[in-house]
Amino acid sequence: MRFRAKIVDLACLNHFSRVINTIAKLAKTCTLRLTDSKLYFILSDKVANGGVSMWCELCQGNFFDEFQMEGVAAEHNEIYLELVPENLSRALKTAQSAKAVKIKLTNKHCPCLRVAVELPSLSSSSRIVTHDIPVGVIPRRLWNDFREPSVPDFDVSIYLPVLKTMKSVVERMKNLSNSVVIEANLSGEMNLKIETDLVSVTTHFKDLGNPPWASEDGCQSSAQGRDLESMAEARIDIKKLQQLLARQQVNPTKALCNIVSKRIVHFVLLHEDVSLQYFIPALA
Amino acid sequence: LSLRAVNSSRSAFASFLFAPLFFQRYEAGDTQPDRELFRCKVLMKSFLGIFRSLPSLEKTVGKCLILLKPQASRLVVQLHCKYGECRWGHGCGDTRWHRASSPAELVPSLPGVTKTHNLAFQECERLQAVFDTQRCASSLCAPARVLAEAVVHFPPTLAEVTLGAGPGGKISLRNYVEDEAERSKTMVTELCLAEDEFQTVAVAPGSHITFCLKEFRGLLTFAEASNLPLTIHYDMPGRPVIFTLDDAVLEVHLVLATLSDMESNLQPPTTNGVSHLPAPSDDFTDDLESYMIAMETSAYEEGSGVPPSPTFPLRTPCPAESDPEEEEEEEEEGAVPGTPPHKKFRSLFFGSVLTPGGPGLAPTQEVLAEDSDGEY
Repeated sequence: MRFRAKIVDLACLNHFSRVINTIAKLAKTCTLRLTDSKLYFILSDKVANGGVSMWCELCQGNFFDEFQMEGVAAEHNEIYLELVPENLSRALKTAQSAKAVKIKLTNKHCPCLRVAVELPSLSSSSRIVTHDIPVGVIPRRLWNDFREPSVPDFDVSIYLPVLKTMKSVVERMKNLSNSVVIEANLSGEMNLKIETDLVSVTTHFKDLGNPPWASEDGCQSSAQGRDLESMAEARIDIKKLQQLLARQQVNPTKALCNIVSKRIVHFVLLHEDVSLQYFIPALA
Repeated sequence: LSLRAVNSSRSAFASFLFAPLFFQRYEAGDTQPDRELFRCKVLMKSFLGIFRSLPSLEKTVGKCLILLKPQASRLVVQLHCKYGECRWGHGCGDTRWHRASSPAELVPSLPGVTKTHNLAFQECERLQAVFDTQRCASSLCAPARVLAEAVVHFPPTLAEVTLGAGPGGKISLRNYVEDEAERSKTMVTELCLAEDEFQTVAVAPGSHITFCLKEFRGLLTFAEASNLPLTIHYDMPGRPVIFTLDDAVLEVHLVLATLSDMESNLQPPTTNGVSHLPAPSDDFTDDLESYMIAMETSAYEEGSGVPPSPTFPLRTPCPAESDPEEEEEEEEEGAVPGTPPHKKFRSLFFGSVLTPGGPGLAPTQEVLAEDSDGEY
């Protein structure tokens, strides 16, 4: 099992750092899955996470100048590692002016992801900072726990409003309530509602548009034949929504959510080279 | 003028020595030749409160006068303001809406206004750490900027860092992870600096020293601001590490206790011709213990004898403070509890010094200087 990769371009490094920062805010521990073409950051829906799950996919070619990996076996050419993304985020934090960043899987006292940052210096040789991030190797028999979640059979799918606006609304609502109701319909309307003993606040968004989901096998999904005005709603933990929105430093190319009434809200944020799916279950 | 402070666990000591030329005007007041130098201590919080917001002080204050009124037991600090900027009359220069962050700011800084602060002081014993940079086997000197850039890679909350002289002349800085269990969970960061980034390097190959990063950062900020090169003197693990800044009119020392090596044997310090020769004691042969900086008071100067212990630096003449005009007038900050050291670090330097079977201060407790009064 081997892995080495290198980033030389500063823009790629910054972009990669931003992705890692986002992941670090969403998950304390997560699984990193490496294949020869992609990296995945996976959080599976354990009770410990509050039922939240995450699937983030990156094309390695868009970030790394060099990328070599050898999985556990020829027919299973993948590596699954458990790590604390905050460590990776910290390691990259001070690498903003680096000449190169190399990442390597090593096993000295324990398996580690070694991030070596080469920094410019006034002396003849560069400064090297290495960060050894301890990781856990996930054995193949557990890989099934980390399969890509399927898109739920949603009632309504709708594009999200401008994330910055949504974020500031949710941040203010967070001060008043622990949960928020997201409701939306197939006419491009979405409401965010909070209700407490003292106050209820609703923010209305319109003309958001609904993504055209082509059903895979031609059969009717629960969204079809649905009354356009009828709202699908789910009450979710407001903090989790705020965490998702808080880190979006770059506006995604596409941002949408799929609501399964009273069950789950599935958020999809697509950037050019990164896709992030985040599932927040509805509260009882 | 000498300003000194020691932290509550006595594992860090700092001293700033200002020559009269540092000031625009310096009047020592009458001192008879046989009279003891004046020493007092002032509550840190009050003193810092006066100088709270440096950017606004720089804008509003033209002159600062410090004078001692021994009869009234007051230290007077007068700020002569040029003009005020804060529209809420705080005298802090901040034009956004805000509240005053210290009582000092409630007095507006109008043109020509003089703000006078009267601080109560207490006379106290001499506070002096025992250290000798000449006896340190290794030393390094680098511009403050290089060290500041090195330290930025470590998290702000990191307690201890290990400085080492590695192969190929590389100087390394690595975060210290206390025990084996932590090692498999904690990220280890290591930075290597080439020898030519330093102004001088005179280190024992393979040597290393572990000290508290937080306290060092404080000095580093000052060094960077004053653009002075910083010299690090260290010896064996367990012996204090000494950081110095030198200028024509200012001399700064920061002495930190260091972690003693678990693997190394306890070496009794060599004698250096000083009158007090402690008999080796068995009490501190525990390799896990760290050394505290020996503090002495004038009481001990009469030769009552340094308590027997091989673990502390012996009293030596301090070669560093050779400024002939030193200490005509002294202010001292005593052991006022400031930011307590990180809990883990504290237990390293305090709890482990206790002899087995005694939870309280054992008779051989290595604090040679008693607090002249209780803590505030």
